[in-house]
Amino acid sequence: MSTANVAEREAVEQAEPELIPGSTSNVRSFVAPSEIQQAIGFAPELTEGWEQRAIAKMGELLKKYRSLQVFMDACVHCGACTDKCHYYLGTRDPNNMPVARQELMRSVYRRYFTPAGKLFPKLVGARDLTKEVLEEWYTYYYQCSECRRCSVFCPYGIDTAEVTMAAREIMNSVGLGQKYSAEIIGKVHRIGNNLGLNPAALRNTLEGLEEELKEETGLDIRFPLDEKGAEVLLVTPSADFFAEPHIYSLIGYAKVFHAAGISWTLSTKASEGGNFGLFIGNYDQLRRIALRIREAALELGVKRIVVGECGHAWRVAYSFWNTLIGVGAGSDDPYGQMLQKQLDPRYPQPAHICEVTYDLLERGAIKVDPSANDHLTITFHDSCNVARASRMGKHPEGQFEIPRAIIRKVANKFVEMAPETTREKTFCCGGGGGLLTDELLEVRIKGAKPRMDALRAVAESDGVNFMATICAICKAQFTKVLPEYGFKKSVVGGVHQLVSNAILLGSSY
Amino acid sequence: MMSWLFYAAFLLFAVGMGLKLWQYATTPAPLKIPTTPAPTTTAGVIWRMTKEVTLFASLFKANLLLWLFAVLFHGGLLLVTLRHLRYFLDPVPAVIVWLQPFGIYGGIAMVIGLFGLWARRFLSARVRYISTLSDHLWLVLLLFLGVSGLVMTFFWHPDVIALKQYVQGVVRFAPQPFPSDPLLMAHLVAFFALLALFPFSKLLHAPGVFFSPTRNQADDPRERRHLAPWAAALEKEVS
Repeated sequence: MSTANVAEREAVEQAEPELIPGSTSNVRSFVAPSEIQQAIGFAPELTEGWEQRAIAKMGELLKKYRSLQVFMDACVHCGACTDKCHYYLGTRDPNNMPVARQELMRSVYRRYFTPAGKLFPKLVGARDLTKEVLEEWYTYYYQCSECRRCSVFCPYGIDTAEVTMAAREIMNSVGLGQKYSAEIIGKVHRIGNNLGLNPAALRNTLEGLEEELKEETGLDIRFPLDEKGAEVLLVTPSADFFAEPHIYSLIGYAKVFHAAGISWTLSTKASEGGNFGLFIGNYDQLRRIALRIREAALELGVKRIVVGECGHAWRVAYSFWNTLIGVGAGSDDPYGQMLQKQLDPRYPQPAHICEVTYDLLERGAIKVDPSANDHLTITFHDSCNVARASRMGKHPEGQFEIPRAIIRKVANKFVEMAPETTREKTFCCGGGGGLLTDELLEVRIKGAKPRMDALRAVAESDGVNFMATICAICKAQFTKVLPEYGFKKSVVGGVHQLVSNAILLGSSY
Repeated sequence: MMSWLFYAAFLLFAVGMGLKLWQYATTPAPLKIPTTPAPTTTAGVIWRMTKEVTLFASLFKANLLLWLFAVLFHGGLLLVTLRHLRYFLDPVPAVIVWLQPFGIYGGIAMVIGLFGLWARRFLSARVRYISTLSDHLWLVLLLFLGVSGLVMTFFWHPDVIALKQYVQGVVRFAPQPFPSDPLLMAHLVAFFALLALFPFSKLLHAPGVFFSPTRNQADDPRERRHLAPWAAALEKEVS
């Protein structure tokens, strides 16, 4: 892009007003058809009396989640979060300011659950739950990617993701669901993964990969499926099985296990790391989807559970699996102990694939030739759920250090993007939290702007031509939006794609 | 009359806060949701929370000017509150005596901070958009308290000996007549309003921050199984 264009664009940006009310009020995800809603146990459609049922549901959630109760009360409208959301920055729609997004629900909370809102609604900004308010909820709670960037800056730690999840849960309970999330949840229960890849097709794909790698390397690098007695169960997003660039990371995982001599397996039952139960804030779905992993681990008798490159899957695995399905340590109940006895306590359970690879690299158990990546100047995009909702390694910030340490080992040229856009302050790709659907493309493109601006800066200053990331949604979203910002699709890829390029296999060392 | 207001305000505050604290303390947090990177131990969590409530660490990251006004206001208010303890304690502890002049500086800082916070509600388009009428009224109330306090300190000196006798009477449940001073009366009534409305308003951010799961949870989900009672019940259903 020429400098004249950049100057022109900057001039336009400066002229843009701070707020453009309603600028994305017309961008709405498709509503889930009643049969899809019903199939996953939600009310099929909005019917008479939905208002009371929604308020009752809100009351139930306020009693079940302290986060929601405290977050509804504690906000003082200080404005610290107002310029922190990538969707606000990209769209300038005031309802995309985190506090305003929360306020869509808080105004209703005040009306029905606080004395001030019951007595003086106008004074405190309380509103009845009407069809119009519900429409606003549906629009703007599906323009939040639950990335938690606002929660970093809030003086009370108010996390809009918790509010968004509660709002989606309430809407689902009265029959207003989102087609994209509901369809995917249906598929994971019916077929075992979000993309609806059946066991035969999965086996076929994996065999194809084995043949391809045999031709390329002359080695028998395996992609085992449902192999009892394997050491490691790998749970990875199903996009890794065929989407580009995801599949290059899957090849990377296989090469790592091969080179290190670790027996591993995938599972047809647990052929999905993603868990959209998180996105819709439904504990029951979150738990039922996670239970597949528990069942697969028990059936296959594995000693370790490792999670592939997927942001929200890692949040669910790292932060919630111990709670939901007893993968982890420190439980004294029979349910939790069942898996604890089977899993090897010398390893963190679950482990991220980056923790595994980093450990092997540190110990010299796998060898790499970083010059294999010399055609690339690499930067790293921290994915929100990894950065702000999980950890790797033994110390806080390991989730930032470990992927970077891997990249530095497997490549020679690494450049950081601006510090206000990385690590805990990273910007969402714009497609997370259940927004990776075509009808939301406008907000996805606009929401990617802060990240794209940061990428452009290092592309121009340092010649960065590869942005590594460890999230299937980030990869899919960037593949779609990079061209909109004048980049090639191939600029995005996985950390294990780089590992795959550089790893030394078999007799070659 | 003033004494009844005094008791009513304190009672509303105590009962309202008690109920809210009880609600926050007994509502479970079923999932581990600390905003990471987060401390991995309880000691670390205490340190994080201390930085949060004394230095406003997160706000510092967000917006320096807002942080400055917030620190001026809250820091000032703390000093002012300590200064006012001289009316409630008898004899007045040496440290409170020593603190008296700082209480005055605190009053000035508090008013500057409040004007800054109020100005943002008009001057910033984003903050203007999210401000409600009650947001403005809280600032008016606090500014009235601060400004009337400063006026009484510097220009319109009330009979502080009589005030002390009055407050001592109230805290010993033997009310005396209130010194007849309209500005002092208005200052006190404003304080009662603040106290009585505290548990029913956004002032709940003060206790709320201590219960915020994103700030008060340790990052140790792989090491310890975290299970809320209602979530544990789900496991019994299955097995």
